[in-house]
Amino acid sequence: MDLEYTPRQQAFRAEVRAWLEANVPREPLGSFDTAEGARQHRAWEKRLDAAGYAMVPWPVEYGGRGADLLEWLIFEEEYYRAGAPRRINQNGIFLLGPTIMEYGTPSQKARFLPKIASSEEVWAQGWSEPNAGSDMAAIATTALRDGDHYVIRGQKTWASRGAFADWLFGLFRTDPASERHHGLSFVLVPLNIPGVTVRPIAQLDGETGFAEVFFDDARVPVANRLGDEGAGWSVAMSTAGFERGLMLRSPARFQDTARRLVELYRANAADAEERVRDEVIRCVVAAEAYTLETYRTVSRMLAGGKIGAEASLNKIFWSELDIRMHELALELLGDRADLLPEAPAAEGVGDWLDAYLFSLSGPIYAGTNEIQRNIIAERILGLPR
Amino acid sequence: MDFRYSDDQILLQSTVRDFLAKECTPEVVRALWETPTARSAALWKKLAEVGVPGLLVPEAHGGMGMSELEAVLILEEAGRAALAEPLVASAAVAAPLLREIGGELASEWLPRIAAGEAVVAVGHPALPFVEDAHVADLLLLPRGEDALFALPRASVRLEEQPALDPSRRIARAEFDAGAVRPVARGAQACALFAAALDRGALACAAQALGACDRMLDLSVAYASQRRQFGKPIGSYQAVKHMLANAKVALEYARPVVQRAAASVARGAAARAAHVSMAKLTACDAARLAARVALQCHGAIGYTWEQDLHLWMRRAWSLAQSWGRAPFHLARVRAAILEGSLPIGPGSTFAGGS
Repeated sequence: MDLEYTPRQQAFRAEVRAWLEANVPREPLGSFDTAEGARQHRAWEKRLDAAGYAMVPWPVEYGGRGADLLEWLIFEEEYYRAGAPRRINQNGIFLLGPTIMEYGTPSQKARFLPKIASSEEVWAQGWSEPNAGSDMAAIATTALRDGDHYVIRGQKTWASRGAFADWLFGLFRTDPASERHHGLSFVLVPLNIPGVTVRPIAQLDGETGFAEVFFDDARVPVANRLGDEGAGWSVAMSTAGFERGLMLRSPARFQDTARRLVELYRANAADAEERVRDEVIRCVVAAEAYTLETYRTVSRMLAGGKIGAEASLNKIFWSELDIRMHELALELLGDRADLLPEAPAAEGVGDWLDAYLFSLSGPIYAGTNEIQRNIIAERILGLPR
Repeated sequence: MDFRYSDDQILLQSTVRDFLAKECTPEVVRALWETPTARSAALWKKLAEVGVPGLLVPEAHGGMGMSELEAVLILEEAGRAALAEPLVASAAVAAPLLREIGGELASEWLPRIAAGEAVVAVGHPALPFVEDAHVADLLLLPRGEDALFALPRASVRLEEQPALDPSRRIARAEFDAGAVRPVARGAQACALFAAALDRGALACAAQALGACDRMLDLSVAYASQRRQFGKPIGSYQAVKHMLANAKVALEYARPVVQRAAASVARGAAARAAHVSMAKLTACDAARLAARVALQCHGAIGYTWEQDLHLWMRRAWSLAQSWGRAPFHLARVRAAILEGSLPIGPGSTFAGGS
């Protein structure tokens, strides 16, 4: 047990901090789920990539800088500390990238990873279908072999970032006679080819963060398949593990929210109930617990361990903490809690309301928390199915 | 930066776990409830043979010379076994306190603690009762906020307070200070009390983890075997989800306890806040586990005969011990709102843990 950063880690932190202080945009960017915001975010990602900071744990040849996972945690801490923009290509950098690293052929890695790092290609996720939500093995969209191509027919839905993305990754049924999680393949699909129609869906917050994607005999090269044909389920599970587990929601995000919540409490302390004050403190403790558990997990992974079902513990913890913090923020805002930013009396409300709405999606996306609880019960605790 | 225990430390923990599984069964714990002291000299002697009472006693005084980092692993196992012996008082709090007091008192008592020949209990100005005073050979007791006395039990009047957990033996302790001189006073005594409270609370937090884990194990075993509507009740989501919630609470409490142990071991500036975070999260997890374990067991869990209540009582009593939740929450709150505890991204290990 050694809870001190090495001189190398400290130097890395200092370097990242200096770069971010000099480069983070002074004005917040627009939402990446709007056309103008997406353009601004792509420009920011290009700058990050040019400096080698787009995805520090990736190998240098793919646009990273060969950092280890601990340095990645440090990078994230500095990134949130600096108030840098959210990542438009989080599907690509946090989820697909590591999956390509594990399952991709050398030519797939060379083709896709650098453009993920630079966000020249922004990715959407294609898991859910109208009849395959929590029950993802019910996927029915087919990708049938025709020579060197798959011909895709069917529909994906709730494709995050779908409205402004260039590509989509997801699971398709390559063996039409197969059932459940057999006969599925993990395929990378450009969204600008004939036979693909993207229909943005307005979300609870009014923006078009996700989309429906219709496939009408869209033809995709077989070379776009990641992993073996029919083995897509296990490839997808590795992506899901990254998503719920480590990458998607680094602890810095929640530590930053907790810190801002304490500031909000200070600004509104005169009107705050003791119960709210104490809950704010407990949220700081919970964010700290999440950080400590992540350092423990990363230490284990650096020593050769893997993330398995325990990713489900993570997902429940951060998603519920996020809601709790945002609910408290609204309590502290009191009469101003439901004001939109353009309301004349909205001074000091920040983006808590929007972020509250987004926090409510946490227990739904990346596998509902009910599914995560089943996984914990069956695969960690060993309860019967 | 490496947040992992070494193989040797993990081996030590599993050795103690196996030892307690054999020597401290639920039958043993229950049998002790029927005795006047609820403590077993024989079991304490066996624990001394494997070095447990002297865990934090320096090797020069016959102890194992370990730190709080290892102590929390052992204490987690004590919680898992619902061990009733005075591990918190004598091994986790008194031994390092005597080490810090030093002098003749330390050289007289530390070897005896390590050998399992003496038990030392510790009082604190903020706490109304002294744990394990009834079996202590020496008591380290406060007078006011800033004077610490060392007294043989014969010169202390103990008023025992029967409590919910028959294993928890606490007493109000009174003594005449006129005849004896304090072993520490003023700022030194305050520092010793603060250190004692941190170590006591940390030890309770570690035990709470073990109790929590044991209640989960018992519940999983019961829910897997008990059948209703033709299926094990553990196959129903309502039962699964309750237990999953307790598992989440446990897994996010453990690293908080381990970090607090590291902070106490190295005397980090933020140790008091870290200990209070540990006490809060671990006792919360144990309380939740007690709640869902009872629900999962149903009526059988509400009986005296079923073993579950050994750990439920332990969980409740640990929450009462060495500072209740409001006390520890106030300490964390003061550190954040009025003190200098850094928060936000990058602050967790800032300036050393």
